[in-house]
Amino acid sequence: MSLLSISALDIRHGLLQAVREVSFHVDQGETIALIGANGAGKTTLLRAIAGAHRATRGQILLDGLDLTSMPTYQRVAMGIALVPEGRRLFAAMTVEENLQIARASGRKGEWTIDRVMETFPMLKPRRKALCGTLSGGEQQATAIGRALMTNPRLLLLDEVSLGLSPLAVDLVYKSVDSLIVSGATILLVEQDLKRALKVSNRVMCMLEGRIVVEGSAKTLTREQITDAYFGHQKRRRAEASS
Amino acid sequence: MSFLSAVIDGVLLGGYYAMIACGLSFMFGVMRIINLAHGSLAIVAAFALWFIADRLEYDPFLALIVVLPGMGLLGWLLQRGILERSARSGELVPILSTFGLAIVVENALFECFGADTRSLAPYVGSLSYDSFELGGGLYIGELAILTFAVAILLLGGLQLFLTYTPLGRQIRATAEDPDTVELVGVNSRFVNAVAALIALVTVALAGLFLGLRSSFDPYSGSLQLIFAFEAAVIGGTGSLWGTLRGGIVLGVAQTFGAHLHPQGFLLAGHAVFLLVLVGRLYVPAQLLRVFLKSAVGSFR
Repeated sequence: MSLLSISALDIRHGLLQAVREVSFHVDQGETIALIGANGAGKTTLLRAIAGAHRATRGQILLDGLDLTSMPTYQRVAMGIALVPEGRRLFAAMTVEENLQIARASGRKGEWTIDRVMETFPMLKPRRKALCGTLSGGEQQATAIGRALMTNPRLLLLDEVSLGLSPLAVDLVYKSVDSLIVSGATILLVEQDLKRALKVSNRVMCMLEGRIVVEGSAKTLTREQITDAYFGHQKRRRAEASS
Repeated sequence: MSFLSAVIDGVLLGGYYAMIACGLSFMFGVMRIINLAHGSLAIVAAFALWFIADRLEYDPFLALIVVLPGMGLLGWLLQRGILERSARSGELVPILSTFGLAIVVENALFECFGADTRSLAPYVGSLSYDSFELGGGLYIGELAILTFAVAILLLGGLQLFLTYTPLGRQIRATAEDPDTVELVGVNSRFVNAVAALIALVTVALAGLFLGLRSSFDPYSGSLQLIFAFEAAVIGGTGSLWGTLRGGIVLGVAQTFGAHLHPQGFLLAGHAVFLLVLVGRLYVPAQLLRVFLKSAVGSFR
């Protein structure tokens, strides 16, 4: 059985339908990259899986258990953790406190503050620093560390490279790589196609709320993905039919 | 000597104001709710203590064993039943609903206890008028010292609770970003209800000391609300030690006002409050930043 299965999910922002009939599965240990242009519905989809946004139709199953109407904090206790876009740290609290907060769900597991510090060595000297004073890379590391402290079975990463210097992105991805090697299940949104293809074993490309291309990161060509990204296929189909 | 006596009296009075402002400031800092029923709820606690002392003949301090948890429970129900719903409908709705609640509470008290003025002072022996002599004809009231000490313990205890306990951290995080705390596994509804519970426990303590130091009737709540508001705003809303500072500034101003003129007590307090408020509006840059920072509830 898949770890996460999404079936025919519809999500609305008021009148705008951001995600349309999306269905897919995530297996244990997989790393899936979700790509697509701005407004394609990637962030909305991740937030709906985490519970921060309610789906209007469809189903979200984790290990066969229906999460669709479960509140966000209970989904964390079930093992879903989202690193939100823009990091959203508690700026007036220290790095350590931000990590401690994530203990609230009480999920048992191997993650401790010390292990987060080992995974993100750049945080070691900043342990008692207020999060508002951290650099972008340090903030991102804290945000990922905070999500890991909930001992998730599925980690959702939303644009972890956004607003970071290339050097900081490298550092963050080095840690993400080590998570992947350790067997974590990750669903990530990434704008940098090269990086997305490098870290993931499967790629899904969204366009206007639908998954239009899905395949192994090895076999999909860059061209197929960029076509899907810009919606060329759709246009070609439309041209062919007219 | 009368100058020194006014300063001491003012500082000690500030302890009472800090106590009554603490719950108001706490609720605003965590839940973004300005609770206009705050003063009336303190009167509810005072009446509950009076009822137990007068009718059941228990010591008011002993009655706290029942009244503190009772008020806490009331806070929980208030959050779940009224505040949470109204906060969901917009920022201004809680102000209207708590204003309405204040009216309901006042008139319900009037219905139950009538218009008579009561006090808790007769039930605690001579505590309300006993005093120490500091030498040189300088006296300070025992009750005033007790009030101040309890205020310090209350604020200090809350501060320690917020800083070092998991629940305290969750309250601070919820104050900062109620959506994101859910994403790290915190039940923000529960946390807000706990915050309301704590706020009303502090209100119950304020009600006790109000009843001990003066008299009250069903409609005394609004004046207490004004004092709480002034102390909280002077000190910077949402900051606990700021609340103590604000209370002391207000208390000292009032005591000096009273020394200058019999009518000066309230006037001087209001004048300082307005000065601070106008100062904040017209001295924008740094002061305003400090104010906003404390307004988003950084309890540090």
